Amino acid sequence: MVETTSIKTKAKVHNLNFYYGTVQALKNINLLVTENKVTALIGPSGCGKTTLLRCFNRMHDLYSGNRYEGEILLDSEQINILSRRIDPIEVRMRISMVFQKPNPFPKSIYENVAYGLRVRGESRRSIIDEKVEQALYNAALWDEVKDRLYDLAFNLSGGQQQRLCIARALATNPEIILFDEPTSALDPISTSSIESLITRLKEQVTILIVTHNMQQAARISEYTAFMYIGEIIEFEQTKHMFTHPAKKQTEDYIRGRFG
Amino acid sequence: MVERQIQLTTKPLSPKLRKVREKAIEILLFLAACSSVATTIAIIGILVYESITFFREVSLVNFLTDTQWSPLFDDAHYGILPLLSGTLVTTAVALSVAVPLGTIAAIYLSEFAPFRLREFIKPCLELLAGIPTVVYGYFALLFVTPLLQTFLWDLPGFNMLSAGIVMGVMIIPYVSSVSEDAMRSVPLHLREGSYAMGATRLQTALKVIFPSAISGITAAYILGISRAVGETMIVAIAAGLQPTLTWNPMNEAATITAYIVSVSLGDLPHGSLEYQTIFAAGLTLVLMTLVFNIFGYFLSRRYREKY
Amino acid sequence: MQQDLQQVKKIIIRNKLWQAIFAVVGLLSVLVGIITLITLVLDLFIDGLPRLSWQFLTSFPSRKPEEAGILAAWVGTVLVMIVTAIAAIPVGIASGIYLEEYAGKNWLTGLIEINVTNLAGVPSIIYGLLALGLFVYQLNLGESVLTAGLTLALLVLPIVIVTTREALRAVPNSIREAAYAMGASKWQAIWDHVLPYSIGSILTGVIIGLSRAVGETAPLITIGALTFIAFLPDPPIKAEFPYISFSWLQAPFTVMPIQMFNWVSRPEPDFQFNAAAAGVVLICMTLGMNALAIYLRYRIRKQIKW
Repeated sequence: MVETTSIKTKAKVHNLNFYYGTVQALKNINLLVTENKVTALIGPSGCGKTTLLRCFNRMHDLYSGNRYEGEILLDSEQINILSRRIDPIEVRMRISMVFQKPNPFPKSIYENVAYGLRVRGESRRSIIDEKVEQALYNAALWDEVKDRLYDLAFNLSGGQQQRLCIARALATNPEIILFDEPTSALDPISTSSIESLITRLKEQVTILIVTHNMQQAARISEYTAFMYIGEIIEFEQTKHMFTHPAKKQTEDYIRGRFG
Repeated sequence: MVERQIQLTTKPLSPKLRKVREKAIEILLFLAACSSVATTIAIIGILVYESITFFREVSLVNFLTDTQWSPLFDDAHYGILPLLSGTLVTTAVALSVAVPLGTIAAIYLSEFAPFRLREFIKPCLELLAGIPTVVYGYFALLFVTPLLQTFLWDLPGFNMLSAGIVMGVMIIPYVSSVSEDAMRSVPLHLREGSYAMGATRLQTALKVIFPSAISGITAAYILGISRAVGETMIVAIAAGLQPTLTWNPMNEAATITAYIVSVSLGDLPHGSLEYQTIFAAGLTLVLMTLVFNIFGYFLSRRYREKY
Repeated sequence: MQQDLQQVKKIIIRNKLWQAIFAVVGLLSVLVGIITLITLVLDLFIDGLPRLSWQFLTSFPSRKPEEAGILAAWVGTVLVMIVTAIAAIPVGIASGIYLEEYAGKNWLTGLIEINVTNLAGVPSIIYGLLALGLFVYQLNLGESVLTAGLTLALLVLPIVIVTTREALRAVPNSIREAAYAMGASKWQAIWDHVLPYSIGSILTGVIIGLSRAVGETAPLITIGALTFIAFLPDPPIKAEFPYISFSWLQAPFTVMPIQMFNWVSRPEPDFQFNAAAAGVVLICMTLGMNALAIYLRYRIRKQIKW
């Protein structure tokens, strides 16, 4: 397993089971998410990687009939963010998410980034200005949009929209950002700019990313978990997994010999 | 295996005959579809035709600026303003009831109400739209007005306030159901985007869903305005039939529609100037609804969003 | 970090408080409509129910409130509705089929579509003016059952067209393709498959439209419906040859809402009780039709899952 002595663990998934109604979608998941590193979840479609990701910010709470078992412990506080006593909104304020398809709100570029701050009750213009600029800068979008902050976000290209969504997630200084196949709807050039962005962002924030693209996982992540039918088959340092997969299924998938 | 010969009981139509039949049916259906265009042309034609003869007698300036409307008196005046004020005041009262309540109800039903409650409430609100307006008029005159009079002592028996309020309640379902449809069609990924930022249901509803659905909601308001402007029986029964130029909803005043009703109740000779006044009034009404609709069309285009 | 978390918790509590307040306000807004509905129905029943009797249903109007009844009114409503239904249903469904199944994308069909939407927004009293100018005076149909029926048919037409189109649109294309693959012509595909599968939804639209027509007052006042009718139109079915008569179409008429309006506008309170009683009968008709339509739609939604 992964050596974790010298590195700090940001989140720890412990014996997690998840059910959509009566259907069990995740089985006994154990996972360590390391601080300021990129952890990738890979696997064939339907393996539960997005389901696992959405446990981290309790998105499943939005729909009735979903049920968690087990824990995701955050940080040194060791609180279980899946606990029913913890408000899902509190979790989402600490853990941001970037979706598969860019989903900017039908507002201006500025208001999109400011949204999280406004939700948190921030109304001081100077502070919002500063944080919006900072977030756009960190999302490598500032230079492209600084002259049209009040344009509608829909006027941006797909890649720009996705970076805007990243800026939106960054603006509130989250502890973890969840990425759900963030480049699957984008062209190769936009994809590479998002990838280099993610690589830079890990200095500030812990990243958990779902991807169907193994090369992407190999390029940007330090740790990789391979999932299959709701279970984690293998969890290793990325370099190690891609060169010496321990399990047959992992090897098949990585070599492209899968189903 | 026994071989069976397929026996057709009727001969199929020859291809040629079949084509002719298909074409005939299509033409028939097309003619039916044209009936709606014919209706519109007939409406415009009749209104304009009768109004032209009216405006030969009464100048347009007079019509638009005279502050009295008394075509049936010896000292006849033909100023549309009193009827216009009645229509606008009752509409304004109705909208100040229907827009806030209808919008809030729509947000509640779309984003807050549990499924079961929504399935129960929506049909109930639809029933509200199924009540004949003459019954609403009865309710306004004999229930709401006396109720209002218990604390507004100087409220007259006929007044625009109670007519407007009841009209507003009648319009709520129109506003709420169209707005709710617009809000529910806002795609899921926008909702999730907002929730993922830690927003509450209310913040998501007000800051993301409402602005995203604004063009549909505008359409709902315009629909409400059209209904209020054209509503007849409630105002004819509860707001009185006396044309008065007033902006105070506590007063009695006739609307354009109420005037048409009051004239039709009497026996007017066909072709007389009095007879033509109702067509001039009707034309004004149609133009008003048209203006609101065009306004709403541009407003909703201005805000149209693509998700 | 710890302090941050405390602050976040405070903000959440505040946000949730607003949300709770809104939930209450929202529920109240919804209830305003429903409470009004209940109050209105109760008010009408309390005033009108004592007056409701067999005698009330079978008497002609009278100058004495206690002898007056609604016989002429409800017979008039039934006859007018027959004309409306016969005129509006076939034309409306046919238009809907044309617009949904046949119409290509050209300026003419675009015009027709815009037209239907706009007609639905025209105030009902305008239809009355149209009927007065066109049916009564140009076509010389007089102030008759036929005129009234046709007027209301025009009013109902957009509703029937719109619901027909929605119903047809709900039938998936695979059904049409399956029919074509079996060698059906376009009309056969529509008549044998698309229409039968959507007829339930179309029916709900027709019922809603007719219930609106039942309660419609203003356009009929405009064409000069009488309020005092002490006779019934000629019956449509006769004992002797040719057994069917159409003279009822030319008869003068009154209908339920006009009778009620007439009584509401009388100063004597006794007539207002009559108005309430007529109102009870009227809303039983319209709410009954609406409830039927809602129930039908509920059944259809449960049954058909494409």
